[in-house]
Amino acid sequence: MTTMLSANSIHKSFGAVEVLKGVSLTAKKGDVISMIGSSGSGKSTFLRCLNFLERPTSGTIALDGAPLACRKDRSGDLMVADDAALRAYRARVTMVFQQFNLWAHMTARENVMLGPTRVKGLTRSEALERADFYLAKVGLSHRRDAYPAFLSGGEQQRVAIARALAMEPELILFDEPTSALDPELVGEVLRVMRSLAEEGRTMIVVTHEMNFAREVSSKVVFLSQGVVAEEGDPREVLRAPQSDRLRSFLAAQAA
Amino acid sequence: MINWQIVSETLPFFLDGLWITLLLLALSISAGLVLSIPLSVARASANPWIRIPVWSYTYVIRGTPLLVQLFIIYYGLPQFEAIRESAIWPVLRSPWFCAWLAFTLNTTAYTTEMFAGAIRATPAGEIEAARAIGLGRLQVLRDVFWPGAWRRALPQYCNEVVQMMHATALASTVTIVEILRVARDVYTNYLVLPESFGIAAAFYLTLTIILTQTFRLLERHYLRHLDPRASVSKAAAAEPIHA
Repeated sequence: MTTMLSANSIHKSFGAVEVLKGVSLTAKKGDVISMIGSSGSGKSTFLRCLNFLERPTSGTIALDGAPLACRKDRSGDLMVADDAALRAYRARVTMVFQQFNLWAHMTARENVMLGPTRVKGLTRSEALERADFYLAKVGLSHRRDAYPAFLSGGEQQRVAIARALAMEPELILFDEPTSALDPELVGEVLRVMRSLAEEGRTMIVVTHEMNFAREVSSKVVFLSQGVVAEEGDPREVLRAPQSDRLRSFLAAQAA
Repeated sequence: MINWQIVSETLPFFLDGLWITLLLLALSISAGLVLSIPLSVARASANPWIRIPVWSYTYVIRGTPLLVQLFIIYYGLPQFEAIRESAIWPVLRSPWFCAWLAFTLNTTAYTTEMFAGAIRATPAGEIEAARAIGLGRLQVLRDVFWPGAWRRALPQYCNEVVQMMHATALASTVTIVEILRVARDVYTNYLVLPESFGIAAAFYLTLTIILTQTFRLLERHYLRHLDPRASVSKAAAAEPIHA
């Protein structure tokens, strides 16, 4: 299968603290990559670097083999040189956040419609149709006119997933999508993500859900202290961890 | 008892005064609204060179009574020879201009602080989510940032407009014949209270009710995302409700 996204030797420092010390990752079409690791290991920072919500200090990112041309910003981090190129890239690599981040003044449907109309240039009726299609996909047709304040956490996150899907991206980044949810709402979001994986969508998921990592993902990446400590097939990596760090991490997760 | 004869005789003057009050209010509120939008962005800026000058302005204006500000502009500035001989003197000698300037400076200061608060309360995640699907800077401002900030500011802004309406009464001190000035003239001529200041109070109260009701309609429209009833759709009612 063809390589879709490749991130090469991503470094990120916040002041004197180096959070990422050269992380590389390759996602092929249809890959579901779970990134695991204790908090502070840099996995969310890495994910945010992948769509430049965080500017990496150094490294390269290429989509479909085409590297994004970057230049240094004033603080010495890398920014995408051409703003239009960055926006086009983000439309292809969308993101789902831990805190959902729905736009509070828009209904569920309006949240899903905004990107297609503004970024993809769809007409209102096309965007409406697309929004309804993806809201149905996440099982929320009946809540399409509700505002985020009156949706449960699980519903909000499913709307956020529909919003990301409506861009019809090549890759979706999930930043701890179930971490802010009450335990009884985690399942509905994981079910949606599982169905997306089964459709063959390419996903990179930062998660604490070991069952999801084990059962759904095609590859698991264990990040520790800013480096990839271990990676590979989840059945092998999670069953027979090679490093002490992963062993103790898994033991702590199981406890 | 109210002397209705006096009321009917003086009512046309009150209506003229009402017109002047509304004009003062509309001119200063609209100028204040236009000015406070860029100023509030500057006030919420992370850059101290941009933020602190605006803060100094709002601090001084909010720290002194409007009446004092009006007197400084109307009585104080003409004390300076340079101002009397300058090109702006023809406008500055007009009480209308002085009142408009004082009111505008005042409401701009309060509105700027209010809008800056609404801007600072913008959830960073909403902006990130917009950028993360490829919206451009202007699109983020237009679709996410301003609609959110405006909605957060709206309830307070209603209070500002009502207070400004009440504050227009101060224009009576610089010879402008608005509602309060008409009331004082009626009182001086007839020495009756209900028919002078009583009527003026009734006018102000009526205006307050009209303004607050107008804002309630605006809030019903703009703040429907906070109204539980707006989120109960027909489709939702047809299906079983999950918590």
